Amino acid sequence: MKVLVSVKRVVDYNVKVRVKSDGTGVDIANVKMSMNPFDEIAVEEAVRLKEKGVVTEVIAVSCGPTQCQETLRTAMAIGADRAILVETNEELQPLAVAKLLKALVDKEQPGLVILGKQAIDDDCNQTGQMLAALADLPQGTFASKVEIVDGKASITREIDGGAETLSLSLPAVVTTDLRLNEPRYVTLPNIMKAKKKPLETVTPDALGVNVAPRIKTLKVTEPAKRSAGIKVPDVATLVAKLKTEAKVI
Amino acid sequence: MTSLVIAEHDNASIKGATLNTVTAALQCGGEVHVLVAGSNAGAAAAAAAQIAGVAKVLHADGDALAHGLAENVTAQVLAVASSYSHILFAATATGKNVAPRVAAKLDVGQISDITKVDSPDTFERPIYAGNAIATVQSGDATKVVTVRTTNFDPAAATGGSAAVESVAAVAASAQSAYVGSEIAKNDRPELTAAKIIVSGGRALGSAEKFNEVLTPLADKLGAAIGASRAAVDAGYAANDLQVGQTGKIVAPQLYIAAGISGAIQHLAGMKDSKVIVAINKDPEAPIFSVADYGLEADLFTAVPELIAAL
Repeated sequence: MKVLVSVKRVVDYNVKVRVKSDGTGVDIANVKMSMNPFDEIAVEEAVRLKEKGVVTEVIAVSCGPTQCQETLRTAMAIGADRAILVETNEELQPLAVAKLLKALVDKEQPGLVILGKQAIDDDCNQTGQMLAALADLPQGTFASKVEIVDGKASITREIDGGAETLSLSLPAVVTTDLRLNEPRYVTLPNIMKAKKKPLETVTPDALGVNVAPRIKTLKVTEPAKRSAGIKVPDVATLVAKLKTEAKVI
Repeated sequence: MTSLVIAEHDNASIKGATLNTVTAALQCGGEVHVLVAGSNAGAAAAAAAQIAGVAKVLHADGDALAHGLAENVTAQVLAVASSYSHILFAATATGKNVAPRVAAKLDVGQISDITKVDSPDTFERPIYAGNAIATVQSGDATKVVTVRTTNFDPAAATGGSAAVESVAAVAASAQSAYVGSEIAKNDRPELTAAKIIVSGGRALGSAEKFNEVLTPLADKLGAAIGASRAAVDAGYAANDLQVGQTGKIVAPQLYIAAGISGAIQHLAGMKDSKVIVAINKDPEAPIFSVADYGLEADLFTAVPELIAAL
């Protein structure tokens, strides 16, 4: 069984982005870019399934500009066998990415597709669910445990108040939550090995997908600033302030 | 122009997040209908009919809808979707699971986590962990949105008298089956609805200390317990307690952050709280930059003192 894993190149989670002064977006020139953290968890899970012998091949996919090749090389350093870049400089919204991935699912016929639940740039949390809809596949979102048993995927999901377990027929789409696994550190030998793994490039046109955005960003602004309050010297003062000034207890 | 709100419920009653979503739907203009898709959910449908501002309740009842499986709930929404200009979900684990599936089936974009309705096709939503606010306009015929509940006041749960209309329930998908669930039982208020939240970070040091230190404070205040991602990552607290960009977004009257440094991802989840208290022994901790009251102290001494002083 093949596994398809999608990875997104995003502004590193340690970077605090700045809104551009003309309100057209955020300034991402010259900031550090990394693989979306939830996608790293997705790659790690796919590689672990391969190490357990459940999966035969792990294919990493990224959609975006040429630089996404770096993200794909990282995925291959973690253990993906090969990579596909859907190269475009257009703005890609989740529906467009889901359509591109659907085209690749049709072509590669994976038994499982694993995605991060959410990208930390646009915070959408949509692509996995959309792919499942377009490909007419069952979905296991926000997974904290993935097991392949008797030709089915047993997915434990993080839900409000606890967890639930679903049994999905294969192929299926899974999106990862935080506790699914802890991604390994990539080692230098594996980075070197990843450079020799195959990386194929296709275009949205070649896949027959129109990626035109459906949602127009009119402007991007700074959020209302919350200013720092005061430091209190001790617990007694804190309690007094909460009772008489803030009146919240 | 009519909006459809997909109710969150446990078949017996309507969850609070639905009330905030109704408010957002009313701001989109036009009538607001509510879909209650469940199993033996007559009581929930009746409760939905009481919500102020709701014009009609659609009630679909069947085994396929018992556990809210995304495949089946999506099919149910699609069965009625053609009458609606807007389809709204609360931006909860449940809503986020289904809304994108509905949008993709309708071949429309989805707008996540709206914090404001500017006009029927224009919405505001946070991006980059709330470090920027995007104003976005949908060009699609149907607007499918999820609503950040903390940014909309709840509609009154009573006072309405909407008609309840039964709609045929969809058949179950053969692709997905519910196996079971483990829901942590406690008497605490729900994190996203709590008036007071006591939240702990990595400084607690262990799961035992996390509970030992924070539980008595939460008990004393009748508060919900939250955690930073660092505390969840370290295994001190359950994942569904995580407050932040990729966890719960909260806005209580009082948020007490104990031993939380205040990474931007955490601040994204709690900076709309009315009053923020930070207890941290590091004077440089970023949490102090958003705290109304900062106490520079070791939480292991300060929290017990606080409990004693309350």
